[in-house]
Amino acid sequence: MTGFSTDCRIVYSEELRDGVHALTFEAVGLTPAQPGQFVHIKCGGGDTTRVLRRPISVADYFEGDAANNVPPEITVVFEVRGDGTQWLAERREDNTLDVLGALGHGFEVPTDGQILLVGGGLGVAPLMYVANANPLRCNAILGFRTAELILLSGEFDRLCRRVVIATDDGSYGERGTVAEPVRAALKSEQYAAVFACGPRPMLRSVAAIAAELNVPCQVSLEERMACGVGACLGCAVETKNGIRRVCRDGPVFDAQEVVW
Amino acid sequence: MTINNEQLTINNSGDASLSVSFCGLVFKNPVVAASGTFGFGREYGEYYDLSELGGISVKGLTLLPRNGNPSPRVAETPSGMLNAVGLQNPGVDAFIADELPTLRRYDTRIIANISGNTAEEYGIMAAKLSDAAVDLIEVNVSCPNVKAGGMQFGTSPALVAEVTREVRRNARVPVMVKLSPNVSDIAEIAVAAVDAGADALSLINTLLGMRIDIKTRRPILANVTGGLSGAAILPVAVRCVYQVARAVNVPILGMGGVCDGDDAVELMLAGASLVGVGTASFTDPFAPIKVRDGIEKYLNGNGFTLPSDITGKLDA
Repeated sequence: MTGFSTDCRIVYSEELRDGVHALTFEAVGLTPAQPGQFVHIKCGGGDTTRVLRRPISVADYFEGDAANNVPPEITVVFEVRGDGTQWLAERREDNTLDVLGALGHGFEVPTDGQILLVGGGLGVAPLMYVANANPLRCNAILGFRTAELILLSGEFDRLCRRVVIATDDGSYGERGTVAEPVRAALKSEQYAAVFACGPRPMLRSVAAIAAELNVPCQVSLEERMACGVGACLGCAVETKNGIRRVCRDGPVFDAQEVVW
Repeated sequence: MTINNEQLTINNSGDASLSVSFCGLVFKNPVVAASGTFGFGREYGEYYDLSELGGISVKGLTLLPRNGNPSPRVAETPSGMLNAVGLQNPGVDAFIADELPTLRRYDTRIIANISGNTAEEYGIMAAKLSDAAVDLIEVNVSCPNVKAGGMQFGTSPALVAEVTREVRRNARVPVMVKLSPNVSDIAEIAVAAVDAGADALSLINTLLGMRIDIKTRRPILANVTGGLSGAAILPVAVRCVYQVARAVNVPILGMGGVCDGDDAVELMLAGASLVGVGTASFTDPFAPIKVRDGIEKYLNGNGFTLPSDITGKLDA
């Protein structure tokens, strides 16, 4: 049975930085979230003018304790981009959400070995759950346009063995994109996998570096989405195995499969 | 081809009070999942038993597989959405081999929606799908997102008649023609389809629309234009069903913007025997079931016995 609840109680809300919010809600009635999966949230409450749900990656998951009546919890991190996400940003503790999920195909975590997490901007959010679910196995390279936009770096510091931050303008950490730090990391240490999430040009360059250095790479893709469950074919992506659905076959794909 | 109510009760395995006779077929209830919003049923079949539905109109089929349009394919609009999927589908043969056997496990009517580049292609598909024993063929002459085979056919009475005749000649199951609202006189097209042998009509397909991202000054959809669906188009659907019902004497599957039972009842009062639910499933996967229950509640609450009691019963 696929998860659906119109009554997910919010237990925590926080503005992480200007326009970026974290919400944690009880996930009773939803399917357990795997790293890389997303939830499809109805925004606007009783307002019927927004017909499409908003797909948002799971940034963290707590499985709860059914025996002691402790509900599971899902955390999402999102940026206000329009009036749907604005509505979501205004939700507070004890408000409820209408949620489908967790949905999609997440990261396939190798049984052992180190994982290099590569995130760009908001794309760092789903990687936080990977780091949390795989303690002491992850290193992270996080890219942002500028120092003010850095997100969740404290969490990654806590969950990862090593964290490198790069900013396009050099205002914090290494100057430039994540490409050079990724190349250096893959050359200096053995990794079982690279997991990347962020803007498409970043994913393309990380995929190329990983392929060149023979490290398996998985990327989380984004596309405008309608149903979120695979029925409408709205979120198509071209792959070497044909046209596939970001919501169902992804959002995480083997980087070698994607037609860049 | 009409079946009386006594037979309806005997033939129907569901709730007798909701059955509908539709060009010789019994539907256990008036709600049909609309083509293009429901895939081949696999995904929403994980949420509820598809046997709860009156019928399923499958994703639009073409003779050969199609990749569809590039992304972005969807955009939200006030109370609606645009789509330009472009008839991505595995082709009619793969549907018959890989999808139809699974769908057949459900006790619901299966409607095959077909699009062709030529009248001949429509005919070939109609023959194959009749052999495969689908319940009903829905002839799509109204897709706004493909160059050949779509709306170009559906906006010309002569071409609609030609395609309908070819399908009717090859089909051994009832034929329903799906009409476009993007015409100046939908009744004229409806009459052309019925005169050419259509056993039923379905309407409306999406309205041609477009949105622009004002930051990038580019169209949101890669296809530039797309089909508008969702609650925003309900009044257009009601008007079209009303006009068509007064012009022809075949049953109508009405659709366009139905979100709840009351919306469905509007279309039925305007002349629809069956009602399609499409985009509403994206907001709420259980929307078709809720529409069905809402129709039942209206019938019970207003002293009606069967859905057919309200079809075309507009007091105007």
